[in-house]
Amino acid sequence: MRNAMIIDGKDNVAVAIEPIAKGDAVTYAVDGKDVTITAVQDVIIYHKIAIRDIAKGEPVVKYGEHIGIASQDIKTGEHVHTHNVEGHRENLEEKV
Amino acid sequence: MEFYGYRRPDGRVGIRNKVLILPASICASDTTRIISQQVVGSVTFNNQQGCAQVAPDQQLTMDVMAGYAANPNIYGTVVVSLGCENCQMDLVVKAIQERTNKPLKQVIIQEAGGTLKAIDMAVRYAKEMVEEASMLQKEKFPLSELILGTECGGSDPTSGLAANVLIGQLSDMLVEAGATSILSETTEFIGAEHILARRAATPEVRDRIFDIVHRYEKALAMVGEEVRKGNPSPGNKAGGITTLEEKSLGCIHKGGHSPVMEVYDYAKQVEPNKGLVIMDTPGHDPSSVAAMVAGGAQIVVFSSGRGTPTGNPIAPVIKITGNRITYANMIDNMDVDASPLIYGGDLQEMGEELLKLVVDVASGKQTKAESLGYTEMAIARVCNYV
Repeated sequence: MRNAMIIDGKDNVAVAIEPIAKGDAVTYAVDGKDVTITAVQDVIIYHKIAIRDIAKGEPVVKYGEHIGIASQDIKTGEHVHTHNVEGHRENLEEKV
Repeated sequence: MEFYGYRRPDGRVGIRNKVLILPASICASDTTRIISQQVVGSVTFNNQQGCAQVAPDQQLTMDVMAGYAANPNIYGTVVVSLGCENCQMDLVVKAIQERTNKPLKQVIIQEAGGTLKAIDMAVRYAKEMVEEASMLQKEKFPLSELILGTECGGSDPTSGLAANVLIGQLSDMLVEAGATSILSETTEFIGAEHILARRAATPEVRDRIFDIVHRYEKALAMVGEEVRKGNPSPGNKAGGITTLEEKSLGCIHKGGHSPVMEVYDYAKQVEPNKGLVIMDTPGHDPSSVAAMVAGGAQIVVFSSGRGTPTGNPIAPVIKITGNRITYANMIDNMDVDASPLIYGGDLQEMGEELLKLVVDVASGKQTKAESLGYTEMAIARVCNYV
């Protein structure tokens, strides 16, 4: 059963759409095909879970856009939230 | 698709038919509350401003007052002032008349001879106006007469996954039908302004999008604040929103995929038949909704992941949540459950259902916020009192 979703192919986090417990299989669809990882922590419903390892200083990507910078190394399957991500003001005029 | 509304003498179309008892300042606000309690069919609000404000703040207050009186959901207005406030009666009347030619009466408390005499005068004016308003017959109008306000508050990640996506679909459908849809909340463009800017219809609109974001950040910086201190809020974070950028990327879905045709300052008159537009408002919901209603929005759709009761004295507010737990928990407050979108629902079908609800509400169906009597509102400001 799919219990998570990604919004954009560039995302390195998925969103839990069911409550997820440590050790659970986390399944989300990529182009219609199921991909499964293992949760290494509990993840509250609608919170984020890393679907790739994200090194400290790397951007966290959701909606295909940067939502912040990893403030510590984040492993696949970890809960991604304020404890390991910081907001970062970018100069976005250059991106237009 | 058509709705039943009220044609106003200024040519605009209302979906409610109320008389506004308008307090020109905080010193008239308790008086208008007492007046409105005496007149069924009237509405008022608690105006905490109107005096001792710096010029830019006084302008925001004047624009909300004039815009409320001009909103087509209002049949006519009784302005009540104390007499000595900065928002002087003649200024308020002039500002209203610049926007509309609807019925207008004035009561100045200090000239009337105090509270009781002012109340007596205003109640009589208002009762007469309500009687006239009650004679009006509804007519059928096309959707292109609507100005939709869009808002999100108490957001969680489901807002960006479902509720705001559904509102975006509604917005696109109304734009397609020739209406105007307003995307608001400048603080919640931050981190996503480049995406909106790419959709700007002209280079001027593109520049304005960046300008309002920079201006907002600068205004907060003047008092040593950084916009991230208030955003995301504790409730946003508990729901799973980590950063302001994430909140913003979810927020802008309310604007759908239409090009951005115009950027309006806070509470300024919005043109009908304009397509998708942006208004520079705070992320503070009651003052953002107030600005869009002052701009002429007859109806507001409001997404909330956490669930919020906020209404408005003048425009019906439709509450939409993408969180199935919130929908069950806050069923008394939430009008629409958008959560099926997360679990395989069809956006087109759900958009059509929401559009049908908008038409029903425009034609008179009460929203939950209306039936519960929620009318709280606020007026934005940038500075301390002088």
